[in-house]
Amino acid sequence: MISRREFLQASVAASAILGASGTGRWGRLAAQQRLMTQDDLLNMEAVGNVTLIHITDIHAQLKPIYFREPQINLGVGEVNGLPPHVTGADFLDLYNIQPGSPEAYALTYGDFEALAAQYGRLGGLDRAATVINHIRSERPGALLLDGGDTWQGSLTALRTNGGDMVRAMNALGVDAMTSHWEFTLGIDRVTEIVENELTFPFLGANIFDSMWDEPAYEPYRMFEQNGVNIAVIGQAFPYMPIANPGWMFPDLSFGIREARVAEMVEEVRGAGAEVVVLLSHNGFDVDRKLASRVPGIDVILTGHTHDALPEPVIVGNTLVIATGSHGKFVSRLDLDVRDGGVQGYGYRLIPIFSDVITPDADMAALIDAERAPYEAELGEVLGQTANTLYRRGNFNGTWDDLLCQAMLEERDADIALSPGFRWGTSVPAGQDITKEDLFSATAMSYPNCYRTEMTGEFLHVIMEDVADNLFNTDPYYQQGGDMVRVGGMGYRIDISQPQGSRISDMTLLRTGELIDPATTYTVAGWASVNEGTEGPPIWEVAEAYIRRMGTVDIPPNQSVIVTGG
Amino acid sequence: MNLTRRQALITALSAAAVAGILPRSASAQSLEDAMAAFTGGAEASEGGIIITAPEIAENGNTVPVEVEAEGAARITIFAAGNPNPGVVTFAFGPLAAVSRASTRIRLAETQDVVVVAEMADGSYQMAAQEVKVTIGGCGG
Repeated sequence: MISRREFLQASVAASAILGASGTGRWGRLAAQQRLMTQDDLLNMEAVGNVTLIHITDIHAQLKPIYFREPQINLGVGEVNGLPPHVTGADFLDLYNIQPGSPEAYALTYGDFEALAAQYGRLGGLDRAATVINHIRSERPGALLLDGGDTWQGSLTALRTNGGDMVRAMNALGVDAMTSHWEFTLGIDRVTEIVENELTFPFLGANIFDSMWDEPAYEPYRMFEQNGVNIAVIGQAFPYMPIANPGWMFPDLSFGIREARVAEMVEEVRGAGAEVVVLLSHNGFDVDRKLASRVPGIDVILTGHTHDALPEPVIVGNTLVIATGSHGKFVSRLDLDVRDGGVQGYGYRLIPIFSDVITPDADMAALIDAERAPYEAELGEVLGQTANTLYRRGNFNGTWDDLLCQAMLEERDADIALSPGFRWGTSVPAGQDITKEDLFSATAMSYPNCYRTEMTGEFLHVIMEDVADNLFNTDPYYQQGGDMVRVGGMGYRIDISQPQGSRISDMTLLRTGELIDPATTYTVAGWASVNEGTEGPPIWEVAEAYIRRMGTVDIPPNQSVIVTGG
Repeated sequence: MNLTRRQALITALSAAAVAGILPRSASAQSLEDAMAAFTGGAEASEGGIIITAPEIAENGNTVPVEVEAEGAARITIFAAGNPNPGVVTFAFGPLAAVSRASTRIRLAETQDVVVVAEMADGSYQMAAQEVKVTIGGCGG
């Protein structure tokens, strides 16, 4: 057994000592060039007396999906080059994963088309249910914790106002969740769900009433497992009213509220907690900083930034666990809790390979029933794609290039802006684009595609503002999305510069001329946080474009030049 | 400690003998001038002050800021980037249990909130926190 002191000293790169607790399985399985069996995926040498199961950022994906991991995921300041800011071959080297292996496919973007054909889709809540039920049979009382971004991101979640996901997560037996996109359903719907539909606590220690500055939701819940007292503190996305439309939940205030987190940790320790878990939607870098500043947190189950890491990142005395997104992974974390504290751990990031994990029959039936009313719509073929459509990456992705091209052409604009969301599934090259695919990239509650005029100067201000949300060297000032995607305009970005000095050479691609600060341009975009935004929903704009094109052929985007990384 | 807003208001009322809004001068004043006017030109040393403010403002028109400086007789909040940096001075009498107060301030743009405290012995402490005012809308 690894002693507490040893595990605290272990760094992420020192995977040799972690092998004793199950993580080394990655290395062994990585040598195989075939898809592992269900048993391979589920086997883990049990450690200790407490088990946590983590799933996060499902974005309403009930069925198995394709999801291409990012090629570009830059970190600035102290986290430059540290996980999760490691991609592709560097990621494989860091974690000793064989190129072309199932793990390489699950965790990195390389050879995506070939490996997608070989290893198939990942995720599906019916498969996740099989994995979760297996862990529970081995470890009775294991806690299942959902990091949020659960009720938004699919056609069926949009049609049911999140109802399909609420019913599925209730059936899955979640023990507690926290939140982000949940609030984009509007405060009335959230209240209805939390009070009448959800069968487990909706935690958010950092959500306050904005008038009186009083806690608005249950901050934590105490659990007992094998006689061990465990506190789970919820931390919702801190920048909810800034990154998303605040008018949809006007009486709530969020924020990182570091002092509040520290106060909650003290409170639960005082109440006898032997293990303190922060179920967080802060984003990875924010949680890494929080772990370095707030003592007493044993585990942070992080979310929001959609990173999947096969080993914990250890900060001081805290294990930071990143479980990926869209239902691709389920994390199992075993803790050895004795003498009032955590003495050791075992961890496994379990990729949900849908072709080898048997769907849980009850969950499969529930999912089928939820989808049945929408089945014809979901399967409607809009066109085909010549290249893989994907979203993730700091600067662009082909899905957003498609949306931008659709906005330029269908809305007759000079420049198109698509927000730097990190949710949205992938469509491998050569496949049909279904309505379900389109909605998995666009389904949300403020989809209107506006058409407006902006000066070159204002466009520059927007670009600088968004870039600082991503590349501010202090993680507490980052909002966690990617850079706004731009159609019709190229630019140069030096991510090492401060706000106001990062963006240069903004160029109107149609003419090749530099953007003039004083000139007015026609700009189309979607997902404005302003109330009363007018225009057709983005999925109508995109559908018209895809149908007109028949086969969409989005070439690699060459119009953003990145330096300083 | 989990002060509710209502409790905080009561605390501020009972603790602050005088809580005066600084007079706005007709022309814009620099932060240095405003601080010098408060300290009488004395140097302020770093530390001793807790500022509780959001890293990124949810609404730049009304940003909640709480300040605390143990043993302070007066605390002034400056908004370094506003046309008139002086925002408010809280004065604490000898019977004040804690030198802590909270208010909401308007920030025109991303800037440092600078807080200077006059201690009982006439020395000065200072601290600053950046509060970002952003367009927002692209997190996710």
